Amino acid sequence: MSREPETSQPMIELREVNKWFGDFHVLRDINLTVRRGERVVVCGPSGSGKSTMIRCINRLEAHQEGTIIVDGTELTDDLRRIEAVRREVGMVFQSFNLFPHMTVIENLVLGPTLVQRMSARDAEEQAMALLARVKIPEQSRKFPGQLSGGQQQRVAIARALMMKPKVMLFDEPTSALDPEMISEVLDAMVELAADGMTMMVVTHEMGFARQVANLMVFMDDGEIIETAAPDAFFASPRSERTKLFLSQILSH
Amino acid sequence: MAGTATSIGSIPRRPAPRARSGALNWVHLRFFNGAHNVVFTLAIAWALVLVVPDVLRWAVLDAVWTGPGSACRTAAGACWAIVAEKYRLILFGTYPYEEHWRATIAMAIIIALAIVSAFERFWSYALFAAWVAVLGVAMTLMFGGVFGLASVGTHQWGGLPLTLLIFIGTVVGGLPLAVLLALGRRSELPVVKALCVGVIEITRGVPLITVLFMASLMLPLFMPEGVTIDKLLRAQLGMIIFFAAYAAEIVRGGLQAIPFGQTEAANAIGLNYWQRTRRIILPQALRIVIPPLMNDIIRAFKNTTFVSIVGLFDVLGATSAAIQDPEWVLFAPEAYLFIFALYFVFCFTMSKYSESVERKLAAGRNF
Repeated sequence: MSREPETSQPMIELREVNKWFGDFHVLRDINLTVRRGERVVVCGPSGSGKSTMIRCINRLEAHQEGTIIVDGTELTDDLRRIEAVRREVGMVFQSFNLFPHMTVIENLVLGPTLVQRMSARDAEEQAMALLARVKIPEQSRKFPGQLSGGQQQRVAIARALMMKPKVMLFDEPTSALDPEMISEVLDAMVELAADGMTMMVVTHEMGFARQVANLMVFMDDGEIIETAAPDAFFASPRSERTKLFLSQILSH
Repeated sequence: MAGTATSIGSIPRRPAPRARSGALNWVHLRFFNGAHNVVFTLAIAWALVLVVPDVLRWAVLDAVWTGPGSACRTAAGACWAIVAEKYRLILFGTYPYEEHWRATIAMAIIIALAIVSAFERFWSYALFAAWVAVLGVAMTLMFGGVFGLASVGTHQWGGLPLTLLIFIGTVVGGLPLAVLLALGRRSELPVVKALCVGVIEITRGVPLITVLFMASLMLPLFMPEGVTIDKLLRAQLGMIIFFAAYAAEIVRGGLQAIPFGQTEAANAIGLNYWQRTRRIILPQALRIVIPPLMNDIIRAFKNTTFVSIVGLFDVLGATSAAIQDPEWVLFAPEAYLFIFALYFVFCFTMSKYSESVERKLAAGRNF
């Protein structure tokens, strides 16, 4: 899959983004454009800033310099803009972050009923459809603590989809899972990609990356070192650091 | 190393070994399990043999149950007659004698609804409405002045109804204030944060008596001329702030125990501050702190006794007043024992309830 030129406005645009944690320069001059329908996989060693970067896109972290524009809305301190962006952007976390005091279906209907004023009935209908899509409709009345990790993460994906987002962000969605549960989550993500969702995924699952990515982004030490189409990225990485990283994670 | 393989199911499942049971075994395990346990059991049994007959003789066999004070003076046992004689004064204080039925009904409906409220299956907005209604009816009964009821000012209120009303007012007013103070203390707005920290720390830094004196004596000085606040209301405000300051720190502990990922997930689906606080953070935080909060609530019940120092006759204050009668003044210990039992029934009930809630929380919902 290669990047096709598109004339319309990009879905996500990061320009010269810089961020510090205290004195630590965690994001350095980040430039990245994600177009509508594009699937971007971000990889890199731990501590390279990849999670921080995608967390800036829905303002879970605030950047200090540069510009982030999501679907035409620039992220600033303005709470209304932040809330507008968050309505368009779904996020899936490494540690699921389901609400443990609510059943699966309650987790799903909460956002649409509160934020979008959807009727409870419509929201439940939509929730059941999404649970069927991630293949766990029979778990709808259970509490998150009664589900396996893989099931919880699929609920989290369904919860994010409830808001009908234009973009989905995945922050290491399979890193906290037992190995035998990784594929059920990746399957749900592959299906989502096939439906044309714009996705940004931080992951070390290179098989998944090869299968769905339009664009690979390699980060190290707070910088984007290399961006390339997956074929080129895996076959002939340009930088030494990318080569080293790929050799380390693909050697097993 | 050479390995071996076993086909699945080739090792049979067996039932778990049975624990020994039976009454004799239970007695052995609990009372005579080892030398030091035997010594303790015998020592305590000996102490009971020494004490119980005397207590029983004083409290029951030789006790005087009814009659005048003179009957008690010749008796060797307890003078429970003081309770029979003075219970109206103890339970209702200075509330007009012929209107006691009103205070009784007020108390009864409050206690009845409190019992209903203990059951989770009744927790709903309807219960909330029931509380508003019951407190409204109770206050109407206590105050009077309508429906042909004689008007009774708060300066005449006293005894158990006063204790219960102050207690309920403290909890009902104090818990929401505690939640707001706890949230405010974690606020990113410096003025809100400073205000909440100030209220909490100053209140926690002084004894309840001082807070009550402040509310009772100082508050009127800050009021514009001509404006007076009822003495009971002033004491009530003092009790509420004092309770809220302590409870706020407990609630804050609960808030801190909620992983930050919950806030982030709520943000990510677009909830605003109040939506995520009300629907995500508080339900989890309050659930965690129910046991320590119950502890504070029980303490608030006992703290109602402090209002007697600003001249309100709660049930303990009313008892102290009741035993001033020269005919009965010798038998104050019996009156206080009665009050002791009364407080114990209320507090022990709440304590047991708190235990059951804790058990339910530990067992329920995988969370």
